[in-house]
Amino acid sequence: MAESSWLTKFPQMDRADLTGIRKTLDSAYRDFSREYGETIESFFDPLLTFLVWFEKLLITTPWWIVIIVVTAIVYMACRSWKLCLGVVISFLAIGYFGMWENTMRTMSIITVCTLLAIVLGIPIGIIMASSNRAQSIITPMLDVMQTMPAFVYLIPVVMLLGIGKIPGVIAVIIYAIPPVIRLTNLGIRLVDKEVLEAATAYGANSTQRLFGVQLPLAMPTIMAGINQTIMMALSMVVIASMIGVKGLGQPVLKSITNQYFTLGLFNGLAIVALAIIFDRVSQAYAKRSQRHMGGMDNA
Amino acid sequence: MPKPLIQIEGLYKVFGKNPKSIMPMVHAGKSKDQILAETGHTLGLKDINMTINKGEIFVIMGLSGSGKSTLIRHFNRLIDPTEGIIKFEDIDVMKLAPKELEQFRRYKMSMVFQRFGLMPHRTVVENVSYGLSIQGVNKITRLAKAKEWLETVGLAGYEAQYPSQLSGGQQQRVGLARALCTNAEILLMDEAFSALDPLIRSEMQDQLIELQEKLHKTIIFITHDLDEALRIGDRIAILKDGELVQQGTPDQILLNPANDYVEAFVKDVNRARALTVENVMKPPARRITADTIGEALEKMKIIKGDYGYYVNDKGYQGVVTQDTLEEACCENESQKLSEKFLEELAGIAPGAMLESVIPETLEAEYSLPVIDKDGNLKGELSRRSLAEVLGDREQISEEETT
Repeated sequence: MAESSWLTKFPQMDRADLTGIRKTLDSAYRDFSREYGETIESFFDPLLTFLVWFEKLLITTPWWIVIIVVTAIVYMACRSWKLCLGVVISFLAIGYFGMWENTMRTMSIITVCTLLAIVLGIPIGIIMASSNRAQSIITPMLDVMQTMPAFVYLIPVVMLLGIGKIPGVIAVIIYAIPPVIRLTNLGIRLVDKEVLEAATAYGANSTQRLFGVQLPLAMPTIMAGINQTIMMALSMVVIASMIGVKGLGQPVLKSITNQYFTLGLFNGLAIVALAIIFDRVSQAYAKRSQRHMGGMDNA
Repeated sequence: MPKPLIQIEGLYKVFGKNPKSIMPMVHAGKSKDQILAETGHTLGLKDINMTINKGEIFVIMGLSGSGKSTLIRHFNRLIDPTEGIIKFEDIDVMKLAPKELEQFRRYKMSMVFQRFGLMPHRTVVENVSYGLSIQGVNKITRLAKAKEWLETVGLAGYEAQYPSQLSGGQQQRVGLARALCTNAEILLMDEAFSALDPLIRSEMQDQLIELQEKLHKTIIFITHDLDEALRIGDRIAILKDGELVQQGTPDQILLNPANDYVEAFVKDVNRARALTVENVMKPPARRITADTIGEALEKMKIIKGDYGYYVNDKGYQGVVTQDTLEEACCENESQKLSEKFLEELAGIAPGAMLESVIPETLEAEYSLPVIDKDGNLKGELSRRSLAEVLGDREQISEEETT
């Protein structure tokens, strides 16, 4: 049987060797996380404190103040009464169906994740745009981050940091950051060469070019990236709930295991409502701030 | 000859992966096509030598692909040459460190672009003051200056608009105002008017000439349009496939094209709008200086014509005809040649465009005298010479022109 087996069966690695590899890698990583887990955890402590504080703030503030503040922000961003009305109605419905607290939790984690993704993503995108080599290194990494099943990179994160908010935030950011990086890169690369040349011709240095020309002109594209990042972060909420992130994801998870269709639907709809609000607001804001760019469109 | 402001010597530009490596081939005199076929490198500019004087409008003309846009970007080093020297006064521009180069660009040169290169996210007045903001001038000063320049180019009241709200011509005026606002000595204009429609273009050309009369900048102007080049250029350089074909004043180019290529260009030019009276006038053969009728009549016989231009200490006075003189001579030969024997005939200025004197030349009975500002008789313009210049080319090359 040994002679012809490689023709019919893939000549795979010896089972013992494979187990050996797995064991070595696993134990190496386990040792690493035992050794440095504490240090890394303490590194994230400030973030955790902030997360907890922000979540508490949203939950303890009376619901009507939250609605007023959110509506005010929405109005400032997009100046549309219709959208504001939609926001008020959906929040009232969410509260009425008993999902207020979970919604606040989700909102807090999404806000923090989005901000972090922007703060990390835009500089990475700028680096990518400034050098072709950086682009060729970072692009495949982004591909991996977007296609690798979330559960796979949850494992090492959980091993390292345990279950809780921080691993959740890390998982959400890994999943949600690629669009903002990619579109920052793209936006800067698409900036009109002549405008950039004009800046150079007037003696602008690279910082003046970046902040005076490249970033402002790339803004519409970057805003599209931010919008995508928000959407992906929201869609990650359910998966993040598997590692202990509280919020709208947990009831959904509960409904899957217990087959509570209505509970799942309500919480799912609440996520959708949040997504629509975030999406419309960020898009309306982007449009309003870019109204002078590109053609005679003054809408 | 004034000291040149900008000097370019032996400038080569090769595009490709390793431009330096093929310079020996270029120097060996291989052609652009050969180099492209053998190495995949494109020879963009080949052995460019030129000097640009202070205060002139120097036009670089060529068709697309001739390397003119590449060439203009060498002046402020938006593109670095593969080989060659670029000098501004005594500064070797090629040796400037990055920081120095930035300073050089900020204060010495400004640029106007074909597709305007305005910043869509800034208002018109912010765009105009861009150069000053890069220099670090404070906001109040720079906005005030920008406003002045906007007025100069005729866009007062548009300060708070965004570029996308303006028409093409207006946008380019903003571009021009931006370039002037830094008060740089040199203005680089890269096909600045090419994207505009013909009417606006000639309006802008007029405005540029008018501004230049006041400001006396050194302007390097790129164009693919010979009419435009002839209209605004003090000197013109013609570029073909990265090589300089001819350099000279507009009339030199028009009347003595260096080769078939230039000649083919020149053929379609509207000469009436490109040449001045000075370029085509003949030396003044009909000058008559005399005190008495008799003397005048004798002079008249020498010049073999039936009229002449009477010139005294005060310059050109008018036309005298043989008939009048002969009549007067019968009365009294030694009678003084005075105004009553003269016919009035307005002279034309040597600097006038041919176009503007066509009607006078055709209507006048005699050739028109060419009179300079001080009243001196400089030459004469006959219907014949006008017709020859505006007519078929072949005849002109035989004519002696000054």
